[in-house]
Amino acid sequence: MPFNLLKYGLSSEYPVDVDLPAPKELKPAYDVVIIGGGGHGLATAYYLSRYHGINNIAVLEKSYLGGGNTARNTAVIRSNYLTSEGVKFYAESVKMFQGLSNEFDFNIMYSERGQLTLAHTDATVRAFRQRAEVNKHFGGRTEMIDRQQIRELVPTLNLDPGHLPVLAGLWHLDGATARHDAVAWGYAKQAAKRGVEIHQLTEVQELVIENGTISAVKTNRGTVRCGCVVQAVAGMSSQMMKKAGIRSPIQTFPLQAMVTQPFKPFLDPLVSSSALHCYVQQTGRGEVVFGGGSDPYPLFNTRSTLDLKESLLAHAIEMFPFLANAKLMRQWAGITDMTPDYSPIMGLSPVKNYYLDAGWGTWGFKSTPICGKTMAELVASGGKVPDLIKPFGLERFSTFAQVNEMGATAASH
Amino acid sequence: MKVMICPLNGPRNISEFTYGGEFKPMPNPDTCSDSEWAAYVFNSEDTLGVVREWWMHTPSSYWFLAERHTVTDDIIRTFDPRELFSTRVEFTAAQPQEIAG
Repeated sequence: MPFNLLKYGLSSEYPVDVDLPAPKELKPAYDVVIIGGGGHGLATAYYLSRYHGINNIAVLEKSYLGGGNTARNTAVIRSNYLTSEGVKFYAESVKMFQGLSNEFDFNIMYSERGQLTLAHTDATVRAFRQRAEVNKHFGGRTEMIDRQQIRELVPTLNLDPGHLPVLAGLWHLDGATARHDAVAWGYAKQAAKRGVEIHQLTEVQELVIENGTISAVKTNRGTVRCGCVVQAVAGMSSQMMKKAGIRSPIQTFPLQAMVTQPFKPFLDPLVSSSALHCYVQQTGRGEVVFGGGSDPYPLFNTRSTLDLKESLLAHAIEMFPFLANAKLMRQWAGITDMTPDYSPIMGLSPVKNYYLDAGWGTWGFKSTPICGKTMAELVASGGKVPDLIKPFGLERFSTFAQVNEMGATAASH
Repeated sequence: MKVMICPLNGPRNISEFTYGGEFKPMPNPDTCSDSEWAAYVFNSEDTLGVVREWWMHTPSSYWFLAERHTVTDDIIRTFDPRELFSTRVEFTAAQPQEIAG
């Protein structure tokens, strides 16, 4: 190191570490085209190139890297879902997140702080017991705690907000947070290193399907032939599926969030309450992040509304009254592709060689690594669906085999 | 706050209304197949553009239809369902089927 310092100190040229190679022309054909350069798409490209020896991949992103829901989520990582299918899947993701910084050789600022969900009614307490048992059964660390334990964990929390006193809590020790941009960048850098081409400002406008098989995609920069396509476009999932002629159960809603000025650390765990439609966490920089439920009606727009922000903040202040004087720094919305059962749609589609990674609604970020890994297995095997994601196929909506995660998902990140 | 015009009660805050889903024709549950019924129940058009959808004015439990743009959030028009349903819709109860045992 000191020699390098001396050498480059005296030289006019300095070796710049390039994370992403400069953009170049699209090739006429790729083995795999991934539509969407967010966490999921980049993760799929990374696992394909690193573990399956498939490098002739193009990731096509209509805007900039990780600029959609990858940058708009509230970065919650947890696996305390309700169904065994869901818990198994998300638990695997939590495990992968723990090793991701090492895998990338890049710090994603993974911080395992635990996640606390509050119960305000007997019905919720009952649901929590079930979730705690399902979680423990699959190796997760989740337990029920009482008011006194909640008080010790979060001394600043108001345990008697208005009409909804807190009865108990679901304490999920595996709950964590990480820097969401870093996850996308880490995958992008490592994938690019292995020859994956990442094309930003490249919008897929049309899909060419011949005899029920995908053969090419038409973009604003020309047509690209492809062996297969993975769709990972988050908020625009239903629209991309329409281009492929696939009917979907997805409905698209905005989800609004906001962040305050920084404070001294006062809140270690991530706290959420579905009865108050609110989840609160303090970032490593001290800012307090608030998130809520989706808007009450469908919309493809990231506008913010005063009424929703007002009600979300009213609930947040009931939980943490001293935040009433906090100043907001930023507020935003993401577009979420919601499914009727609050589980994703992954796997095969009615179009041959066209793979779906959609319906991620409000639970997409926490599944980024496992989603990339299983989608890569699916693509590399030429369409053999891995067991872990079998329950999440699109066909479950025509066979009445939904995976109901509504209770463990809605406004309770 | 955003204002919606209720065909019965006039302009009201959007918080007084409940979204009721896309307006779509219902197949006959007695004659359609399971997959047709599943498609009706679960699938959505999820249109990017002008949609026709059900809304309810919550305090008066009055159901009506609205045309709304799903990108700009402009409410183009709201109207009474009588515009589309000019005759009475009869729901005949299906004959109870004997469950094979």
